[in-house]
Amino acid sequence: MDFVVSALDYLLGIPIFGWGEQVGFIYKGLLLLIALLLFTAYILLADRKIWAAVQQRRGPNVVGPFGLLQSFADLLKFVLKEPVIPASSDKVLFILAPLVTSILALSAYAVIPFDKGWALANINVGILYIFAISSLGVYGIIMGGWASNSKYAFLGALRSAAQMVSYEVSIGLVIITVLLVVGSLNLTDIVVAQQSGGIAHMLGVPWLSVLNWYWLPLFPMFVIFYVSALAETNRPPFDLPEGESELVAGYMVEYSSTPYLLFMLGEYIAIILMCCMTTILFLGGWAAPIDLPPFTWIPGVVWFVLKLCLVFFMFAMAKAIVPRYRYDQLMRIGWKVFLPISLLMVVVVAAVLQLTGWGWHGGSV
Amino acid sequence: MTLPLFFFYVFSVITVASALMVIAARNPVHSVLFLILAFVNSAGLFMLAGAEFLALILIVVYVGAVAVLFLFVTMMLDVDFASLRQGMLQYAPVGVVVGVILLLELLLVAGSFVLPVDGGAVAAVPMDAAIDNTRAIGQLLYTRYVFLFQGAAGVLLVAMIGAIVLTLRHKSNVKRQDVFRQTGRKRSEGTELVKVKSGQGL
Repeated sequence: MDFVVSALDYLLGIPIFGWGEQVGFIYKGLLLLIALLLFTAYILLADRKIWAAVQQRRGPNVVGPFGLLQSFADLLKFVLKEPVIPASSDKVLFILAPLVTSILALSAYAVIPFDKGWALANINVGILYIFAISSLGVYGIIMGGWASNSKYAFLGALRSAAQMVSYEVSIGLVIITVLLVVGSLNLTDIVVAQQSGGIAHMLGVPWLSVLNWYWLPLFPMFVIFYVSALAETNRPPFDLPEGESELVAGYMVEYSSTPYLLFMLGEYIAIILMCCMTTILFLGGWAAPIDLPPFTWIPGVVWFVLKLCLVFFMFAMAKAIVPRYRYDQLMRIGWKVFLPISLLMVVVVAAVLQLTGWGWHGGSV
Repeated sequence: MTLPLFFFYVFSVITVASALMVIAARNPVHSVLFLILAFVNSAGLFMLAGAEFLALILIVVYVGAVAVLFLFVTMMLDVDFASLRQGMLQYAPVGVVVGVILLLELLLVAGSFVLPVDGGAVAAVPMDAAIDNTRAIGQLLYTRYVFLFQGAAGVLLVAMIGAIVLTLRHKSNVKRQDVFRQTGRKRSEGTELVKVKSGQGL
C-alpha cells in the first residue's frame, strides 16, 4: 500500500522524529482552525462592542473582564441547549445545511496567505478557489430555508439566493480588474505585485508602500468590493435574508442550539474571509505600510491581522450606522449601479494597462 | 495505488452514484442537490486531470449560479410528481428505443476510438508546459478561437435579451421609484410658503 505511506506522510509526518519528510498537513490545518475560531470569538465580541459603543451602551460586560469571555459563554450555552427539529422538516437537509455553511466558510482559508509563504496551500488559482467556495456559500442558506418547511424561512432563503447571486457578479468583476493589473491568480503574487510597483514608485518615494497598494489606483473598485462584500455576506445594511422586522430571522427561524451556532459561525467566518480578501486585493496583504525599519521589524502576519481588523471595523460601523435597505433598492444597486460601473472599469483598466504598459510583470520585492 | 488514483476513484464513484440518485430520488429538490454533488465531484476530476482553471470555473458557473437557479425553480414549483409518474410505462417503449440507439452509437464511437501511442504529442494545439493552464486557455481563446469565442458570447447575449423581452411586463398602475427624480427634487417644487393672516385661516 504505497499510497497509505504517502498519505500518512502528507497528513501526519513529523520530520524531527524521523516520521516522513514534511510537517503533516493535519497539524498546520488544526493550528489554523484553532487560531481562526479563537479570532472569530473575539471578532464577534468586537462586533457587539462596537455596535454598543455607537449606541452609547456598554455591550457585553459581565462574563470575564470587559466581557472578554462572553463568546465562550455563548458557545457553552448554545452547545448545551436541546436542538429542536421541526416535525414537518426535511430532517437530513435540516441538519446538513448549517454544516455546509460552516464547512464551506472554513475551507476557503486553505489558500489565504497570512504572511509570505504562510498559505496552507499556495495554489496558482487561489483567488478563483475562494470565489468558487464563497459562491457555494448560498447552498447552506437555501437548504436551511427550504428544509425548515416554514414560510418565513423559505422567504429568507429566496431573498438570500437572489442577493448573493447578484452581488457575486460585481465581486467577480472587481476581482477581474485586480487580476488584470497583477496578471496572476495566485494570492501571494497579488500581494507581491502590490509591494513591487505602483504609485509610490512612480512618485519616487518607493518606501511609502501604503500608496502602492491597489486601494488608491483602483479606488472605485475598492468601494464596490466593500459594499458587495457586505451584501454577499448578508451583513447589515443588506441583511434582508434575516430581516427580523418582517421575516423574524429569515432562514434561521427554525434553528436552535448547535445548528444555529454553526450558521452564526459560518456567517462570521465568511465575513472575516471577505475582510481577508479586501486586505489581500486592496490593502497590500502582509506588507508594512511604510517600508522602513521600525515598521518592517513587525512580522507580516501582525500587519495582516491589523489590516483585517481595520476592514472589519468598517464592516461593524456600517452595521451600526446604516439603516437597512429595501429589497428593490438592493437589487437596483447591484444590477443598475455596480454592474455597469465595474464592467466599465474592467474595460478602462484593461485599456490603460495595454496603452501604458503599467501593471506587474513578474518582478519580486 | 497512488494518492491521485485513490482520489480519482473516490470522485468518480461519488459522481456516478450521485448522478444515479438524480434520477432515482423521489423528491425533486433532492435530485437537484444530487446534481450539484455530481458537479462538484466532476470538478474534482478536472482538478486531478490538471485542469484547475476549468474545475473552478465549473464550480463558479454551474454550481454557484446555474444550479442555484435550478434549485430556486424546483423549490418554487408545486408539481405533484406522483401524478406525473402514473403514465410513465406508456412511454417506456419509446424510451427504450432511444436508449438502445444512443448506446449503440456510443459503442461505435468508443470502439473506433484509438488512443495514440505517443499521447499528447499529437494534440490539436501543442501547449508549452511552462505556462499555467489559466494563461494557456486565455491565449488559445483570444487568438486562435477568438471569433468562435465572441460568437458564443453573442449567442448568449441574444438569449439573455430574448428571455428578458419575453418576460418583461409593464404594468401601468404600479408606482415606480425614480431615484434621480427623488434626489434631484428642489425645495421649491415640494413646498410653498403661504402668509396666513391671523384670525382668517387659509
